[in-house]
Amino acid sequence: MTNGTPTHIETMTSDLLQADGVRAGATAGPIGPAVEVREVSKAFPGVVANDRVSLAFHHGEVHCVLGENGAGKSTLMNILSGMYKPDSGAVMVEGREVTIDSPRRAIELGIGTVYQHPTLIPVFTVLENLMLGEGVGVRLDVEGGLRALDRFAKTLGLEVDPHAPASRLALGQQQQIEIIKALWSGSKVLILDEPTSMLTPQGIEELEKVISQLRDEGLAVIFITHKLHEALDLGDTVSILRGGRVVGSWGPDVVKTKSRSEMQALIVGAMFGEGAGSLEDVAEVRDGVTGRARRRGLPNEPVLELVKVSVEALRGEVGVHEVDLTLRRGEILGVAGVDGNGQRELAEVIAGQRSMVGGDIRLCGESIARAGVGRRQSLGLRYVTDDRIGEGTVGTLSVGLNLVLKRIGEEPFWRGGRIREEAIDQAACDLVEGFDIRTPGTETRCGTLSGGNLQKVVLARELSFDPKVVVYNKPTYGLDLKTTLAVRDRIRDLAESAGVAALLISTDLEEILDLSDRIAVLFRGRITGIVDNAPGVERHVGELMLGGDRGD
Amino acid sequence: MATVVTDVVSTSRAVVRGASAAKAGTSARWAWLWSLGQAIGPILLALLVSAALLLALGKNPLTFYRDIVSQGLFNKGGIQDTAIRMAPLLLMASGLIVAFRANIWNIGGDGQFLLAAALVAGAGPPLIGALPNALAFVILCVTAVVVGGGWTVVPAYLKARYGLNEIITSLMMTFVGVNFANLLIKGPFRSTTTQVPQTDVIPFKELLPRIPGTRIHVGLVLALIAVFAVHYVMTRTAFGLKLRVLGANPRAAAHAGLSIPRLTIVGFMLSGAFMGLAAAVEVLGVWGYVRADWNPNFGLPLFALVFLARLNALAVIPLVGFYAVISMGGHFAARQAALPDDFMLMIVGLILLFMTLTEYLAGRSERGGYLSAGLKKALGKGGGDE
Amino acid sequence: MSDMLTAAFLSALISGGILAGMPLLFASLGETISERGGVLNIGLEGMMLMGGYTGFVVTLYSQSHWLGLLAGAGAGLITALLMVVFCVRLGLDQIVVGIAILIAAGGFTSVLQRAQFGTTYPRLDAMSAVEIPLFAKIPVIGPSLFAQPAIVYVGFALVAVLHWVLRSTNMGLNLRAAGEKPEALDAAGVSVTAVRSIAALSAGAFAGLGGAYMSIVGAGIFVPFMTHGAGFIGIVIAMLGRGRALWVVIGSLLFGMSVSLTTALQLVGITVPIDVVNMLPFVAVLVVLVIFARQAYLPAALGLPYKRGIR
Repeated sequence: MTNGTPTHIETMTSDLLQADGVRAGATAGPIGPAVEVREVSKAFPGVVANDRVSLAFHHGEVHCVLGENGAGKSTLMNILSGMYKPDSGAVMVEGREVTIDSPRRAIELGIGTVYQHPTLIPVFTVLENLMLGEGVGVRLDVEGGLRALDRFAKTLGLEVDPHAPASRLALGQQQQIEIIKALWSGSKVLILDEPTSMLTPQGIEELEKVISQLRDEGLAVIFITHKLHEALDLGDTVSILRGGRVVGSWGPDVVKTKSRSEMQALIVGAMFGEGAGSLEDVAEVRDGVTGRARRRGLPNEPVLELVKVSVEALRGEVGVHEVDLTLRRGEILGVAGVDGNGQRELAEVIAGQRSMVGGDIRLCGESIARAGVGRRQSLGLRYVTDDRIGEGTVGTLSVGLNLVLKRIGEEPFWRGGRIREEAIDQAACDLVEGFDIRTPGTETRCGTLSGGNLQKVVLARELSFDPKVVVYNKPTYGLDLKTTLAVRDRIRDLAESAGVAALLISTDLEEILDLSDRIAVLFRGRITGIVDNAPGVERHVGELMLGGDRGD
Repeated sequence: MATVVTDVVSTSRAVVRGASAAKAGTSARWAWLWSLGQAIGPILLALLVSAALLLALGKNPLTFYRDIVSQGLFNKGGIQDTAIRMAPLLLMASGLIVAFRANIWNIGGDGQFLLAAALVAGAGPPLIGALPNALAFVILCVTAVVVGGGWTVVPAYLKARYGLNEIITSLMMTFVGVNFANLLIKGPFRSTTTQVPQTDVIPFKELLPRIPGTRIHVGLVLALIAVFAVHYVMTRTAFGLKLRVLGANPRAAAHAGLSIPRLTIVGFMLSGAFMGLAAAVEVLGVWGYVRADWNPNFGLPLFALVFLARLNALAVIPLVGFYAVISMGGHFAARQAALPDDFMLMIVGLILLFMTLTEYLAGRSERGGYLSAGLKKALGKGGGDE
Repeated sequence: MSDMLTAAFLSALISGGILAGMPLLFASLGETISERGGVLNIGLEGMMLMGGYTGFVVTLYSQSHWLGLLAGAGAGLITALLMVVFCVRLGLDQIVVGIAILIAAGGFTSVLQRAQFGTTYPRLDAMSAVEIPLFAKIPVIGPSLFAQPAIVYVGFALVAVLHWVLRSTNMGLNLRAAGEKPEALDAAGVSVTAVRSIAALSAGAFAGLGGAYMSIVGAGIFVPFMTHGAGFIGIVIAMLGRGRALWVVIGSLLFGMSVSLTTALQLVGITVPIDVVNMLPFVAVLVVLVIFARQAYLPAALGLPYKRGIR
């Protein structure tokens, strides 16, 4: 520091960066866990999210909490970060029982959290985001903040422009800022909630480096994930949550000594119990993820062609720039890419929800550039949106009406503008059965359905009445494993037996590698490459996702 | 008509279902009582607070309320006045329901009303003199509908094209419309026979025919037909469903391929049309002329009533009836107590306030689909869109 | 036409513009604070009326203009408590509650005025002007700009204060976060409810002050519903000003001038019907909205109640 007294921010952060005494492998000392939960339970209307969970998180250790969607991991993390209060049980920090009743309290206790959904404010600069809530006194301490940021950046080996608006940073960089923010007030515990869901393979490697660095500095890192190989790659300790309960937990003594396949078996056994054998093919279980060979013998007729399609970028978006794609009958073309590189815009321009500023789209050879959403629907072009609550369904209307939502006014459901409820009911019942939608009835308000069932409603609607080409946007995001597999099977089935072509836009690389025949990569609204799916292709795809290899 | 009856039944059933969902485990009878309480609760609370104010001002609340009821309901002349007042209110309420269901905040109803009234009062005397009455009435009603609907074009277009917040724009149009109407009344439509600026008077016998045996003009019948028509369209037609989808979830509407700009403009203009029709009915049925600087301010209290009715056209009828009673009776009671008519305005504001409170207490702080969902989009484009 | 540019005309235009523009300035300042924090205050007009009536009565009985202005601000603040309780704390619909406040406050102040004064409208003494030495001597604009009641200078000073607060203080950062992304503010450990409560109360205080200015300084009397749309113009100015203090000042003065235009025109012999006078500011608002349609910026979380844990 140049002038005498260190500022408030600097004092806090220098404490962290010195991190004396508590390192992994350091000898002796009755050093108890940094954070511990004992018999913690939390229930919401209709579901028990955490059921007597007891876990200990130690300094200088990466503790992976593994479980599939809905197992209760996020709830536990929210309790530790002060967003929820447990119904029963105790939370201990450094051996003392505490009540974490607000995020403020969690921060004071030294617990920093990087949430799954970004908490950076897009219009604020990096520095403003970091200084939010940390200030003492009236004036903003800009100089102190700049100095602290500088030290963090150097320690973690990052390059950051403090005055850039957060919206302009790439997702990986935003996450790095979120990590710095979580550590800003001198946290000793860092919680990361599903941090890799939006990263490229290279981004994941960088994140792993940062985490190892922090672990070596003596932090207790809690890493929440649903991906098994991540737990195996990173964890010093691995615990499994299933249905809100801890069904397995192995410390460093086990994890470091057993072989990878032995650990895998242990974990799979705990996660899935009986029937684990049939799930071995699931991408999460395989050691890392790799591509499949492309199917042979696909027909050659193009059903969907995008020719130099461009879409204007609205505020906060990247738009689409001169995209060329050809999709053939019965083919599954995956569109990979880091989230926020134009996926939504691409899906919407094909569906007709957005207008093109250049180029053409042809369906079975005919241009549909001037056709509206309704017309494209009736021609067989369907769109399964990723936003099932905000866009895909109308919560206040019944399941039945939602199933015919894109056919308002059409026969046989309406005649002369008047509704024909028996016809709607009939069709709805068929669809509910055919797609296994769990609902009390077709009259039930759609808003009461679970996420998985809402997705089934969207699928049922789009895949009924003779689809020819379906655009899927993140079709299994946030769903539990069983539904995820069912959806993937259906996509594959439709393509193989009914010749329904699929444009699979997804940020889940494993999903793309699992299903696609060919893979296109979207970066900043442009296609940086189209490759055949094959074992080992993920490396190349990862590079393309970052814009590399523009040539061919 | 059979469908309407089943609708009344199913509406009440839905109310019960909704209430029983909120109070799981109680019997159906309690649920019915509960939802009735939800509608009456805010009214009672508002009356209570107003009673306190009356006491503070040295008036007797019991006499005040008794005067309201005795004049508005239990008086042969008074109850007819109440019924007459219901006509424009029902029409305007229909207009609000059509708009609000589609998440169109037509706050400009009073401006649309007044401008249409000016036109009807201005064009009325010559037309009625020259043509058979029935024909003249039809032409005048059509004019009113066109004027009312036309006055929504600016806010409708600004919303459809630019996503501009229509609360502000329609309110601005109200002020402009009211003053413009005054200009017309003081200018080209001014009567040469009176001192006070107003339009020429249509003689009483040339006004809308009365329902036999009463003083009530047929405009009330028209209003009731309109309300039932709105209910039917909203619940049983494709067009009504499109408006509802737009209101419940605008993004889903776009996703479903509905033309949002077109629906917005049509919905807005339809709403304005009802306002215009209300003006025609009021001028041709009650007054026969329009005075300058006249503004009955029907619009604002109707917001409260329409929300209380959950935007259900059938439920609005009893509520408008209630308001008409306290309106006409209140006018009398206020004069008896030497209070301004604005007192009733205050009661209405309180009802609205307490209504939001009872919603919260009923455990439903998310006010159904039509307000919260559309609200987010009602604030226009611009700013970080999620 | 050169008559238009006479000293008298300009002078009348500017001083009239300030007279009519100050309430708009206060109202839009308050609404700016509120909106940046994520609270949309449709009931602003109601708060102005409460401030206007309270301020008038207090000045009448205490003979002190400043006390009245303060009381007006206080009345607005108390009315804003309704927004705080219903919308910020209970998470109820901001628009419906705003309309309710608007209607109830309007009716309430009207009833009180009639109850207290019947059909008379007592008049207050004018607030004395404070001359700024030197500046007041500038020809033409000097007297109109720099010889105003002190409250006007206070108003301009408040604009500068607000600008500084928003840009350079922790409180300002918190406020902006509450309006953009309250989840981020919550995660950073700051109480969203507290910040939004302060925002709403400030808006009420400023609105009350604006209303008090109208009745005490502007007109000298209180007439029911005398704000005549000023609150809504304030909302528009706040939205268009995009939270930037300078634009708020310019907007208020411009709209104020559109009201004073007619008086100024009368000075040069052009008479305009009163209804056109009344129309002008609103037509101006519409024109401005159309021109700047794309540029109205609203914080992303405006109007949305914040509930922890619900994503």
